Amino acid sequence: MAQHVITPTSARPFDRDTINQDLLQPVLHTSRRFYGLTSILAAFVLAGLAAFLFQAYAGLGVSGLRRPVFWGFYITNFVFWIGISHAGTLISAILRLVNARWRRPVTRCAEAITVFALLIGASFPVIHLGRPWLFFWLIPYPSERGIWPNFRSPLLWDFCAILTYITGSLIFLLLPMIPDLATVRDRTAGWRKRVYGAVALGWRGTPREWHRLEMAMRIMAVVIIPVAVSVHTIVSWDFAMAPVPMWHSTVFGPYFVAGAIFSGIAALIIAMAFLRKFLHLEQYLKPIHFDNLGKLLLVMSLLWIYFIVAERLTVWYGNSTPEMAVLLATERGKFLPLFWAMVCCNFLIPFPILAIKRFRTVTGTVIASTTVVIGMWLERFLIVVPSLEFKYLPFDWGHYRPSWVEITITLATFAAMPLLYLLFVKFVPIISMWELKGGEPVAAPRVEAASSWTQSRVPTEEPLPGSVD
Amino acid sequence: MAHRWGMVIDLDRCTGCEACVVACHAENNIATVGEKQAAMGRAIHWIRVERHWEGEFPNVRVRFQPIPCQQCDDAPCEPVCPTYASYQNAQGLNAQIYNRCIGTRYCANACPYTGRYFNWFNPSWDKPLQLQLNPDVSIRESGVMEKCTFCFQRILAAEANAQAEKRQLRDGEFSPACVQSCPSEAMVFGDLDDPQSEVSRLSRSDRGVKLLGEVGTFPKVTYLTRES
Repeated sequence: MAQHVITPTSARPFDRDTINQDLLQPVLHTSRRFYGLTSILAAFVLAGLAAFLFQAYAGLGVSGLRRPVFWGFYITNFVFWIGISHAGTLISAILRLVNARWRRPVTRCAEAITVFALLIGASFPVIHLGRPWLFFWLIPYPSERGIWPNFRSPLLWDFCAILTYITGSLIFLLLPMIPDLATVRDRTAGWRKRVYGAVALGWRGTPREWHRLEMAMRIMAVVIIPVAVSVHTIVSWDFAMAPVPMWHSTVFGPYFVAGAIFSGIAALIIAMAFLRKFLHLEQYLKPIHFDNLGKLLLVMSLLWIYFIVAERLTVWYGNSTPEMAVLLATERGKFLPLFWAMVCCNFLIPFPILAIKRFRTVTGTVIASTTVVIGMWLERFLIVVPSLEFKYLPFDWGHYRPSWVEITITLATFAAMPLLYLLFVKFVPIISMWELKGGEPVAAPRVEAASSWTQSRVPTEEPLPGSVD
Repeated sequence: MAHRWGMVIDLDRCTGCEACVVACHAENNIATVGEKQAAMGRAIHWIRVERHWEGEFPNVRVRFQPIPCQQCDDAPCEPVCPTYASYQNAQGLNAQIYNRCIGTRYCANACPYTGRYFNWFNPSWDKPLQLQLNPDVSIRESGVMEKCTFCFQRILAAEANAQAEKRQLRDGEFSPACVQSCPSEAMVFGDLDDPQSEVSRLSRSDRGVKLLGEVGTFPKVTYLTRES
């Protein structure tokens, strides 16, 4: 890993002031481009909101759903976005635990993706309800109705798992933000100072506080990994627990988790490339980060092709009539173009790009990541829809086509993600400044022993970042 | 007093006339969704007659198979419902409580027989059908799932009658609308727990098969296969 240690370029050596100046720039100054982009994205989101309200008012019939395809775009989006959310916690937590030092500028980008993708994903189970105003009946609480929800239903497991994951990943995002929020507090005045002061929770940067933060982060990094794995396993069980051809499969849990991490890394690479370009963070998000994440993406691409072969080859050799109807419809029948587009997007295109070192550049990894995100959405669609269209009795087979309502809401979520991200970048430094300051070999590069991930950072004599000067 | 209601459908006798479908619509206040919605696949029929063609022209045969809810003993629709809208009642029927349903449609996906129907919009009827609604059956609003109940309102009425007259229910004393209206008497309804009942005698027949028995749903509807 020695060659992966970030070394400052000769042009701009890192020091506290440069870091503060570069990374606080987007927080302290607002460009006209920000307002323009925000309004465009907000318009899309509002259009999606209007479409949802129209659907709730008129009835779910305004969507393209029909018997026998009772789940379509909405559940596809649900699985897709929950998958994207695996960018943050898993990647960031694993990188923290293994003490990968190149992770430092990457973690917060990833953790923010998690929280926003989860919020978007978790809205779909409500959007797709026939009576969305009664969504709270899914929540287990002692109510005047005197009836508890059904704990045998995977949808209830979903609710519990996702709520846990949102809570956990929010803590995981907020904890390491505290010192940076304190830094912002110290550099602003007026109402901003009060707001940042409140969210910084009175951080002063005493060794005691650093120690507690360190402990909390270490605990969260360990706790969040099993939570993340369980969430997508449970999402897969929404399908696997129903006796539907090609859904009812034991491979679904790990298959979904692998796919989720796969799409999560791709989303992270895309987000990082945008940040690098628009916030001029070339000095912080360097080719080495894209190279390393590209390698991770390569591993996940191989894992994905392994799972899909394992799943489909088993079904093919099993040769049971209902499953073969679905298998052939996806591979050779009406879903043929989508299926092979998915294979291209998830494997045939990204594999050579990521495997050949010369192509594993910033541009290369972004191209690969874009195809992966498209491919993973197609994968979710091809899991949800063909099994329902070709379920058991051929007389009842049907065709699903989404309506403008579903398409609008889907586009709105793809606008909601950058919008939330943009607002986040506006209010919080997107790169963890204190981790960078602590971890960077600034004046005298020192080789860290196999120490805990924060040890290098805990300063001794110098004034601590975010402390009151 | 406990009964285990079941049905036998003799495929040799079914002529595919769809009288059962019409009777079911009239008895259970099933909405007519209109041509456009029906063409999309949104028609609601608690019982449907599936039509299968066999052979090559000119030696073609058509087979009919009426499919109501199979009222499974191990119904896949029940455990997946998060609100207990779909549950098994004391008489072994897969009941649907409309007021509890929030419309996740999970049950409809889980049902191997595609025997569950969703209200995509508020119900409406082609005139003058709105004038003949059955007061014993509630109307289902937009966003809830509905399905065959084996005409549970008739079961309750018959039980109340028998109780008032202080006697046991007699086999064949009442039947669901589909069974009642079948001109070729292809369908038989009754108590499977009563070894003397016709339905229990027929369901033990050598011709008896369960639809998609391999899925492990243990349906209470038995089909008598064609021999002619």
